[in-house]
Amino acid sequence: MNEAIQLILFMVLLAVLSPLLGSYMAKVFMDEKHLMKPVFGWLEKLVYRISGIKSGDETDWKTYLFGILIFNLFGFVLLFLLQVFQSWLPLNNEKLPNVSWHLAFNTAMSFTTNTNWQSYSGENTLSYLVQMLGLTVQNFVSAATGIAVALALMRGLTRKTTDALGNFWADMTRSVLYVLLPLSIILTIALVGQGAVQTFSHYVNATTLQGSVQVIPLGPAASQIAIKQLGTNGGGFFNANSAHPFENPTPFSNFLELFAIIIISAGLVFTFGHYMKSKRQARAIFITMFILFSIGLAISLWAEYSHNNVLNVSGAMEGKETRFGVMNSVLWSVTSTVTSNGSVNAMIDSLSPLTGLVAMFNLMLGEIIFGGVGSGLYGIIIFIILTVFIAGLMVGRTPEYLGKKVEAFEMKMVILAILAPSIVIKLFSAIACSVPAGLSSLNNAGPHGLSEILYAFSSAAGNNGSAFGGLNANTVFYNLMIGFGMLIGRFGIIIPVMAVAGSMARKKITPVSSGTFRTDNWLFVILLIGVILIVGGLTFFPPLALGPIVEHLLMNLGVGF
Amino acid sequence: MKTQIKIALKYLLVMTILTGIIYPLLMTGLAQICYPSKANGSLIMKDGKIIGSELIGQKFDSSIYFWSRPSAIGYNPIPSGASNYGPTSDTLKKQVTARRVLFAKINSLSDESVIPKEMIFASGSGLDPHISPEAALMQVDRISQFRHFDITRKEELLKKIKDMTQAPQFLYLGEPRVNVLMLNLMLNKI
Repeated sequence: MNEAIQLILFMVLLAVLSPLLGSYMAKVFMDEKHLMKPVFGWLEKLVYRISGIKSGDETDWKTYLFGILIFNLFGFVLLFLLQVFQSWLPLNNEKLPNVSWHLAFNTAMSFTTNTNWQSYSGENTLSYLVQMLGLTVQNFVSAATGIAVALALMRGLTRKTTDALGNFWADMTRSVLYVLLPLSIILTIALVGQGAVQTFSHYVNATTLQGSVQVIPLGPAASQIAIKQLGTNGGGFFNANSAHPFENPTPFSNFLELFAIIIISAGLVFTFGHYMKSKRQARAIFITMFILFSIGLAISLWAEYSHNNVLNVSGAMEGKETRFGVMNSVLWSVTSTVTSNGSVNAMIDSLSPLTGLVAMFNLMLGEIIFGGVGSGLYGIIIFIILTVFIAGLMVGRTPEYLGKKVEAFEMKMVILAILAPSIVIKLFSAIACSVPAGLSSLNNAGPHGLSEILYAFSSAAGNNGSAFGGLNANTVFYNLMIGFGMLIGRFGIIIPVMAVAGSMARKKITPVSSGTFRTDNWLFVILLIGVILIVGGLTFFPPLALGPIVEHLLMNLGVGF
Repeated sequence: MKTQIKIALKYLLVMTILTGIIYPLLMTGLAQICYPSKANGSLIMKDGKIIGSELIGQKFDSSIYFWSRPSAIGYNPIPSGASNYGPTSDTLKKQVTARRVLFAKINSLSDESVIPKEMIFASGSGLDPHISPEAALMQVDRISQFRHFDITRKEELLKKIKDMTQAPQFLYLGEPRVNVLMLNLMLNKI
């Protein structure tokens, strides 16, 4: 009963609050009057002045894209250097050594691409300085980058015969100052109020009641946790991520963090509605996402509460926390995998096979069910364009989206964006399954071992960052493979998306007529869901059958490994 | 292009200062003012010494204490973590069976009694500070016996467990639970 109430509360709040946040964000990005302008307006101007940005100067897609790429490159280099030199830098209270080159490469790639895959444990690898000056910064700007790309695409689809897609730097600044920062400040304080730590003190040596010594790690965690959830980053301050009592101390903190994970991505759908000047269009996208989310959630809950014939138990608690219980653990696993948030409050490796499958399938679809902030929206727009194209073929008309003709160039880019992450998942997993360096990192035998590998590359390609944590990923092989996987998964989509934005912006808008294929009704929602599931299913059914599906069947027979 | 490169460098610097220095410092300041104890780890002091954190579970395997959950890291928080055994793992199966037998034996439970799941499965963080109230109640007989509690003190203990049980937050959020370290601190005072 309690479970149902929590679930309904979460869903209802999501449906009610995301349009409100969406409207607010529309005002922010269209540079109209809004709530936070009087508070941070001066800071926005200051940022522009110091950086030499002319916020009114809009650029074409190539300049916009160049800004994204060069800024991300510099961010990557800075984060890499901070790690490999951390022992010589200040705020290294615990005297941690320099990070190895391959781990630093992986982590820098991970946080600049908004993935937050972690091959390391925060407590004993990274200094306070690297956590805040390196990771927290990338938590903000990688999220803002995603929003910026989505904004460029929204403008490209809704403007006509122009090259101007906006100003990348202004979009970034507004995302950070008016959306991410204010919400992070509120969430940080709320989390500390529940018990999350926020301090620069040294780790504490405690003498336990039974007389042994326990080292208690501390740090400026809450400020990073807030943005890790809001920016769909997900990288934990501590190894256990949001299962750690210092990151997620109470059921209420859990609810807040869960909500923070999904709300901006959901809100951006309605921001798009404002750009399209059509609430109906936005609602259709939201409903599509909501349905796919609910299906995944239903399967996961059913699977997790079902009987496990190997362990002879229903609703196993391995890898779960007492305060959250089974329901909140499953709700988190689904919410954090539909969005590209890699945080966990229960260990996905230990969830039942089909719950793990849903999580993995969410990653494989490319993080488009709400998805990452910004990236979820441009991801689903890619699928929308594919759907109108397929529908156009079926009825023999030139496909259009929002009055823009979809032609060969756009379709090439769309296919590229869909193929890039799929190739990473299947090809890289195949390589890892074929070489000793890939297999020696496994923690589980049998089909579950394959799931560990498959999940790792799905997480990298989807820029999610969560893991079947048993896989020992801190090896040269995995650090490099996953690092490049994340790179392709991020920019293999951003580049074609920007190209689509640029080419769409130049087109005329055909007025709506009776022959227009509508993209704001139930028929379209059903078509879109169909296309998403068919593309995802056809691409990934074979490996999923060998991993989680076969494990599920064997589990029912009581076969363990 | 050159202008973009220059902007990118300056912008990274500005963002690093803003979100990497000012933001965490400001948050630390606010947190230390609003919630000083929580921001510093909810530490528990006794006779001037730190004996732990209310939020970080400790290992309890002595007969005179309430036991905490199994932990893949033995409650050593550097680093936190879980077993990550899959749902069809034979190793996990063996562990679960062994824990079932041990918990039933030490607490003199009958074969039919259902042991709460958190007592046979390791937690996600390895530091779970809580167990369910049922799991606490199952340990009362054993603790009373080893501590030579008479009936009145045992009654007192049962009442304390009830008092210390945290209901779901705001009526509906999360699961009912009881903090093992706080229970055991209370035990020493009975």
